[in-house]
Amino acid sequence: MQFSLSSSPHNHVRRDTKQVMQMVCLGCIPGIIAQTYFFGLGTLIQILLAVLTAVLTEALIVSLRGKTISAVINDYSAVLTGVLLGICLPPLAPWWLVVIGSFFSIAIVKQLYGGLGFNMFNPAMTGYVMLLISFPMAMTMWLPVQSLALHPYGFSDAISVIFTGYNLAGYDVNQLREIADGTSQATPLDAVRSGLIAGQTYSETLNASIFGGSNWGLGKGWTWVALAYLLGGLWLLWTKVINWQMPVSTLAGVALTALFLNMLLPDASGGVLFHLLSGAVMFGAFFIVTDPVSGSTTNQGRIIFGALIGFWTVIIRTFGGYPDAIAFAVIIMNIAVPLIDYYTQPRTYGHVQK
Amino acid sequence: MGVSAPNSHLVPDWDSVFAQLNKGQMTDFPGGVHPPQAKALSNTTPIATPNLPDVLYIPIKQHSGVVGTISVSIGDQVKKGQALTFSSHPFSVPVHASTSGTITDIMEHPSAHASGLPETTIVLTPDGKDTWDLLPVIEDYKTASAMVLLERISDAGISGLGGAGFPTYIKTNTQKSVECIIINGIECEPYISSDDRIMREHALQIKQGIDILCHITQAKRVIVAVEDNKPEAYKALAEACGDDERMLMASVPTKYPAGGEKQLIQVLTGCEVPNGGLPIDLGILMYNVGTCFAIADAVLYGKALTQRVVTLTGQALTKPQNVWALLGTPIAHLLEHAGYKPDQQKRQKVIMGGPMMGFTVLNDTVPVVKITNCLLVPAQDELPDIDDEKPCIRCGVCADACPAGLLPQQLYWYSKAKELDKAQDYHIHDCIECGACAYVCPSEIPLVQYYRQTKAAIRQEADDKAKSDKAKERFEARQARLLADKKAREEKHRKAAEARKAAMENKGNDAKDKIAAALARAKAKRAAAAKAAQDNQQDDAN
Repeated sequence: MQFSLSSSPHNHVRRDTKQVMQMVCLGCIPGIIAQTYFFGLGTLIQILLAVLTAVLTEALIVSLRGKTISAVINDYSAVLTGVLLGICLPPLAPWWLVVIGSFFSIAIVKQLYGGLGFNMFNPAMTGYVMLLISFPMAMTMWLPVQSLALHPYGFSDAISVIFTGYNLAGYDVNQLREIADGTSQATPLDAVRSGLIAGQTYSETLNASIFGGSNWGLGKGWTWVALAYLLGGLWLLWTKVINWQMPVSTLAGVALTALFLNMLLPDASGGVLFHLLSGAVMFGAFFIVTDPVSGSTTNQGRIIFGALIGFWTVIIRTFGGYPDAIAFAVIIMNIAVPLIDYYTQPRTYGHVQK
Repeated sequence: MGVSAPNSHLVPDWDSVFAQLNKGQMTDFPGGVHPPQAKALSNTTPIATPNLPDVLYIPIKQHSGVVGTISVSIGDQVKKGQALTFSSHPFSVPVHASTSGTITDIMEHPSAHASGLPETTIVLTPDGKDTWDLLPVIEDYKTASAMVLLERISDAGISGLGGAGFPTYIKTNTQKSVECIIINGIECEPYISSDDRIMREHALQIKQGIDILCHITQAKRVIVAVEDNKPEAYKALAEACGDDERMLMASVPTKYPAGGEKQLIQVLTGCEVPNGGLPIDLGILMYNVGTCFAIADAVLYGKALTQRVVTLTGQALTKPQNVWALLGTPIAHLLEHAGYKPDQQKRQKVIMGGPMMGFTVLNDTVPVVKITNCLLVPAQDELPDIDDEKPCIRCGVCADACPAGLLPQQLYWYSKAKELDKAQDYHIHDCIECGACAYVCPSEIPLVQYYRQTKAAIRQEADDKAKSDKAKERFEARQARLLADKKAREEKHRKAAEARKAAMENKGNDAKDKIAAALARAKAKRAAAAKAAQDNQQDDAN
């Protein structure tokens, strides 16, 4: 009797790439729920549009490259990129913004480099940065917490604004950003940043309405969103989808840099909790920095990679031109990955450490 | 379990190692995986003895090293234990007739190797009598010299039964001082229980083998290491070794591949075999429990190595179990014995060895050889085939699983790109091919396969380079020889020319002399003639 042949090992763990991607998507759910609860249903539509564009773009490019579409789409990596990008966009950003960003992430950042596993940069973050630089106005149209908004919006409003620029009652995004006193409310990062530029001290900027009287710099709604992403991230850690090194070192990098800067320049830089729980730090630490493809692969390297992302995030937030910085920090560190990996090789059995 | 310390260059401090082990403290090795054990499938029944097969295929090379010369011919009657090959080469051990019978053929037969390539095989048709040709028994081995015992271990054809198949007497015949013998009863591969059963059933004879090894090597200490998933085997060996002060039993935490030689040394001693070195550099010799059993068989009972314990397991067998299989038994015979149901498999497949490091065999005539510890016959969904490898996402779970501290994904990239130098920079030769990386890979990349190909390519390149170097050397030597010949020829010609010239010059001088002499003679003649004429004229005038 002839037998069929295969190479060892003959058994495998049952978790494949597809499941890993799906689990990361699932890990985003608490954060997405919090985001929609506080800032409206727009985020869901952004995510849907981003995922749809990402998958279609992936299918298009893959077929142009002459590969089997189903095999590539089935790995859920394009879906994940769409989810991550959609989360990062202002809830009522116009449809073409998310479509351009998502197309760019998949076509340019991922597929032009060779597809899954070959991209040097984080696709979602690079797409986000491209949009931020190209369309700064549209990209900073963040909404107030809906319970404070002068004109809270519903699902059909959201669709209307995203596709036409006006809601069903005829208000545009700028009007939808107004809160009860008729002013528009910025994000915590914007509030501190514009306050500092206007000559206020950091503690004075915390009087902005978004902080609701919190001396710790905890933005209304935003803090809960950050904690929800932390929850999802901890679930990913617990299920061993991600390693602890990158999120922990990122958060530590943010905290230590913020602590140091705050001691050095107490009036001109934010506090530790403000930095940890504002903007995309929590989301980034667990869902962006942990992208294995564009990150460092050695355990020591992962710690350096995450810590420096944390460092750059606070530095750029404090001294840079944009309020949030995690995307820039990730891209900067993506460039450094080959170098980090080269110098952090583990010691091989029986060899003396180089 | 402590964390592994970077003391790769250290030699164990045995007193503290034993103190630690006595407290149950061991070193964890990095990485490792916990695949489903599936040992209970086969380890519950005693080792059985199947009927004699109709035919035995005995490959003449069943160890790593050099093959011997066949010492029988077709038609010869042989007895069980009779050597079929001989060699004076030190890296060779003989193979033996596994039962009595007739040599019916000597041919090329598919090998018990991943390649399945045919190799020289002696075909033995049993006569059914199973008559032994015993070697003289060495009853009191303690009075025998190490040389005599080593010779017996060699003559009995014993090579490591744990997997590598290295001739046991070569390893044992070391010039260095043996501080500690480690007996490897780990058997970390899932499914396999052949060592488990032999430890449970033959602990006393294993102990005899250990005693013989201690006598040969004068080892001061012995550690008997058993994985903690085999409590019965541990107990049996502990009872057998009980009152021997040199011996220490170690119950090693279950983790694959704790039974790898390097990993086990790390777990027990906290030290690492230095790169390019051998365990003996740390004063350690390691033996598999089955090898110890075979040594006692050879020395105390005069039996050459003709059989071994083989686990027959997998859900496509109705009666999974362990058997004493004669070396050379075609696997079809054993599969039948264990109730093989081919329809339980989508694709008929038999793995020789375990699921992590075993290889699939070509067909059912492939024989059991000295290193065959298991035949694994998985049912359809038991160990599903992986058909499509997906792109590497650099997630690094392979690096977390690697017991050798390698970066498997980097090795994979360099293997795929055929960057052989880079692969060597990342220590591809330190890969022990345990399969932990491919086991955990979410992209289901057959990483070990890539590494094997790369290692082969590196070997090929080295061979090619050696060949081309040799050719270059030959060419240059020829050029030099031709040049030397030419120079020698020119020198010869030059000398000949000089000689001619010199001769010519000499000849010239001679000629002048001769002419001068002739002229002188002629002159003298003329003068004499003139004088005579004058005298005549004077005479006439007078």
